[in-house]
Amino acid sequence: MKVKINGEELEATAGQTVLEVAKKAGIEIPTLCYLKDKNEIGVCRICMVKVEGGGGGYEPAFVLQVSDGLEIETNTPEVRELRRLNLELILANHPQDCLSCERSLNCELQGLSKELGVDGSRFAGKRIEHQLDESTPSLIRDPNKCVKCRRCVSVCNDSQGVKVLFPNNRGFETLIAPFFNKDLDEVACSLCGQCLHACPVAAIKENDAIDNVWEALNDDNQHVVVQIAPAVRVSIGEEFGVEPGTPMTNKLVTACRKLGFDKVFDTDFTADLTIMEEGHELLSRLKEGGPFPLLTSCSPGWIKYVEHFHNDFLPNLSSCKSPQQMFGALAKSYYADIENLSREEITVVSVMPCTAKKFEATREEMMKDGSQDVDLVLTTRELARMLKMTGVDFLNLSGSDFDDPLGISTGAADIFGVTGGVMEAALRTVYEKLTGEELSGLRLTEAKGLTGVREAKIELSNQTIKVAVVSGLGNASKVLEAVKRGEKEYHFIEAMACPGGCVGGGGQPIPTNEEIVMKRGQGLYNINNSKSLRKSHENPVIQELYEEYLEGVGNKKAHQLLHTTYQKRAK
Amino acid sequence: MAFYRGHILVCTGQECKQKGGKEVERILVKELKRFGLNDEIKVISTDCLGACEAGPLMVIYPEGVYYGGVQIEDVREIVEEHLLKGRRVNRLLYEMDESEENVTAHHKKDIFSDEMRIVLRNCGLIDPEDIKDYIGRDGYRALGIALTRLTPKEVITMIEDSGLRGRGGAGFPAGLKWKFTHQADGDEKYVVANADEGEPGTSKDRLIMEGDPHTLLESMAIAGYAVGADTGYIYVRGEYQLAVSRLKKAIEQAEELGVLGKNLFDSDFDFEIKIREGAGAYVCGEETALLRSIEGERGEPQIKPPYPPNEGLWGQPTLINNVETLANIPVIIQKGADWFSKIGIENCTGTKVFTLSGDVMNEGLVEVPMGTTLREIIEGFGGGMADGREFKVAQTGGTSGGCIPKELLDTPMDYDSLAEVGSALGSGALLIMDESHCIVDIAKCFMHFFEHESCGKCTPCREGNTRMYEMLDRISKGESNLKDLDKLRDLANVMSKTALCGLGQAAPTSIYSTLDYFKDEYLAHITAKVCITGDCQELVTQREEGERKGETA
Repeated sequence: MKVKINGEELEATAGQTVLEVAKKAGIEIPTLCYLKDKNEIGVCRICMVKVEGGGGGYEPAFVLQVSDGLEIETNTPEVRELRRLNLELILANHPQDCLSCERSLNCELQGLSKELGVDGSRFAGKRIEHQLDESTPSLIRDPNKCVKCRRCVSVCNDSQGVKVLFPNNRGFETLIAPFFNKDLDEVACSLCGQCLHACPVAAIKENDAIDNVWEALNDDNQHVVVQIAPAVRVSIGEEFGVEPGTPMTNKLVTACRKLGFDKVFDTDFTADLTIMEEGHELLSRLKEGGPFPLLTSCSPGWIKYVEHFHNDFLPNLSSCKSPQQMFGALAKSYYADIENLSREEITVVSVMPCTAKKFEATREEMMKDGSQDVDLVLTTRELARMLKMTGVDFLNLSGSDFDDPLGISTGAADIFGVTGGVMEAALRTVYEKLTGEELSGLRLTEAKGLTGVREAKIELSNQTIKVAVVSGLGNASKVLEAVKRGEKEYHFIEAMACPGGCVGGGGQPIPTNEEIVMKRGQGLYNINNSKSLRKSHENPVIQELYEEYLEGVGNKKAHQLLHTTYQKRAK
Repeated sequence: MAFYRGHILVCTGQECKQKGGKEVERILVKELKRFGLNDEIKVISTDCLGACEAGPLMVIYPEGVYYGGVQIEDVREIVEEHLLKGRRVNRLLYEMDESEENVTAHHKKDIFSDEMRIVLRNCGLIDPEDIKDYIGRDGYRALGIALTRLTPKEVITMIEDSGLRGRGGAGFPAGLKWKFTHQADGDEKYVVANADEGEPGTSKDRLIMEGDPHTLLESMAIAGYAVGADTGYIYVRGEYQLAVSRLKKAIEQAEELGVLGKNLFDSDFDFEIKIREGAGAYVCGEETALLRSIEGERGEPQIKPPYPPNEGLWGQPTLINNVETLANIPVIIQKGADWFSKIGIENCTGTKVFTLSGDVMNEGLVEVPMGTTLREIIEGFGGGMADGREFKVAQTGGTSGGCIPKELLDTPMDYDSLAEVGSALGSGALLIMDESHCIVDIAKCFMHFFEHESCGKCTPCREGNTRMYEMLDRISKGESNLKDLDKLRDLANVMSKTALCGLGQAAPTSIYSTLDYFKDEYLAHITAKVCITGDCQELVTQREEGERKGETA
């Protein structure tokens, strides 16, 4: 069919929206609240276009479907004026503190203002002062900056299925928050931080640990070590203008040294260790007949979600600590012994693609003698900010390697950061243990009747084991429900809270979207391919650790250090 | 069935109830018993009889005598004098206007010759709590006709041919809505009666539900048959507790008699009706918000399409009509589309119930053919302006309607004529204001309402109403400049053109019309800092201070 946009005749097909047809033709229509397939509720009224003829009027471009002969104007003086007015109304109720805002230059509202030529608001008047929600170690909600686009509401409710963010009150007093304006620590929030990625402004951000890290680094009595999670190395470059997925591992190590960390270690090391322990757990469950499915436990958002919403599955969760926490435990025992330091003299900092990791580090199960194994957690974004603060010329650094001994890893550990990676890494080891042969790749197919869930069957000596891989809490919940209803049976499920896995984590650079997440994931597989060691059990330092310190896989000492328990939490 | 020689209707509508109507009714029943009249005279508590200022009100039939301002101490006199001795109690007779003629039955032509009751045909005449009264006035006959003699398509054609348009405010052709719902595919279909009636100054739906609840039930069943729905929901404004209890009773009785429920009139057609109460949000009168509310979600409007006839309640095809629209249906079925389409004017057939309030002699509800002029209503039914003051402005259609000045008093009251002068028929609210009111103050009051009632979903309505109120407030305090008038227009423009739903789009209607018709008054506030009516207290105070300073200088 033919439609006319700004007088130009364009070919279109039924079901397309004006926004799509226009974009194809190189006509940009500004949007704010629109998130394709996620938030299509048309509330900001920025993308309004004029429908010519007939009833006429103004319609949001992403809603309006094309029909034969439709005539649209996207760029008349009045269309521009109406968009500007709506933007002015939003700005009138927004603190214009761009100078000091952490989203400055990466803010969609700021971008729109520039694009539409709005340099302030003529409608300034009353504003409602809201208290910040700083109740969790992971996230800060600043309702003062909220533009009520409800993208976070859709992501929290529909994509993640966590359902803690809603519109409270009404009209001018509308407040996007947990019900009755409770704080995040009073509700069943997983702290995954996906709301933060949905937010076009700085109404949701991480609870910043930068000052505390500086304090530790400046303390001469502290030996400060840092661990870097796999997914960080393929995303940190974005903060410096590098294409998503580009591996920056070695520059990252140098950069951390420049910041003053005494040792720069790799979370990959304990990812390999996790595979050893979790693989062992799977093997013993296979031997003992369950409980199945075994659920992975490396994603703290997922863990908290299960504790809130599916706590009948707590026995199914792997008792393995996450790589971050295994690292913390080892750094303050095994490594402390090597360096002849006391627990109190070591500060463990981690750099994670994740906001929930900040919470995980504070869990009571992760404490020893009243102190945390991991002291401070930075997100990818915070580390980038620290580098920028200190004037580290990141892109021009020469690379260096992680420190020994907690810096040696295999490719299996790198793919921990992407959905399906933990499963593949675990099966590489388990398969070889049981069959004596190498696993030739893991072929996952879309699970029937469960979109967003992939599954596979693996023949292991005389047993077929069924596994599933899922990312995004909404999808993960669907699998558990299907298992509960008896529609699906699995031995092992890998679940990650964030869509795409840790590469799409709440601590990753902004923007994080499907396309970018794919590129980062590919980056991790590229690192895996470039490594000669790709199976965790081949990691020589891991072998040494078991022999010299842990007294063998699955042994008591290993259990004490590397395993944990979970708790029921209210819905 | 018991036979009574007389009936007394005691109004227990909202206002009469406040003035003690319920107590009057209790005493009346007691007194009748005392005099042994309880088997001869039946007392019926009824809803608003339309003359609220004279409450508590009662009508004695068969004489059709109205008594107004009846207090409990008057009751015995009425019983002894009127009912026992047959002498009217002159001092209590409710009088209309200045004329000497005592008021008799309110619905009779000699009160207000232009009144024509279709939707209010039974109100005040029947016991709303007794289905037999309704049946006695041809109740459920239309449902019988539809189910036994007409196909669903024929019913829809009748409604289309009648020209009936939605009485909720937008005036969408009812028959077309029915047709769309009929044609839509769905596992299930629903009929929803919009009885949220949140428009300030409107109480027509309440009167229908309280005074004649079966009309609504019958109409919904007919609609269900026509569109293929077997379930109906009545979404009632939460404050309408009397309506809720009467509807519940009516549903019970209708189910007992088999005019609701399974296999109605042996036609294999089933229809049940459920009641859902609103919780006081104005926006829930908007159809998509209303449907969300029934579903148990936050009552917020949704983007359209999809429209409810295709995807409504729980995603299923849903017919949603206003109570007044529905109340026309049984009459159309019985008297025919042709008969109905001759009432009113072209493109705007039938009658409209207006809720007249403000500075008129008689406030209340009046049903007149479409196209009756504003002047006819004010001077006829309304009895002219009260206290001998001059008419200044009328707001038609409720808070989201426009303001009509003196020069336009002869505007016919119908959808299209009112739209032409920048107002709306809306819910049929008619707020009449005299010269003592300040236009800025009036506009401010409306915007205060919208600031409070906006659901907060879309930008222009959430933010715009507040900013508009702020500007009007500044104008009323002498803190504004001429730029504010441009800004007001800009805001009105962005709201009316880009708000997500009718609430936001219509909110600035009164701003447009007051800026158009009363610009001088705005200018006086802004430039001369004068409010001639004295409503804007701060301007008056400023002037007084100025004068005082002038004296001392």
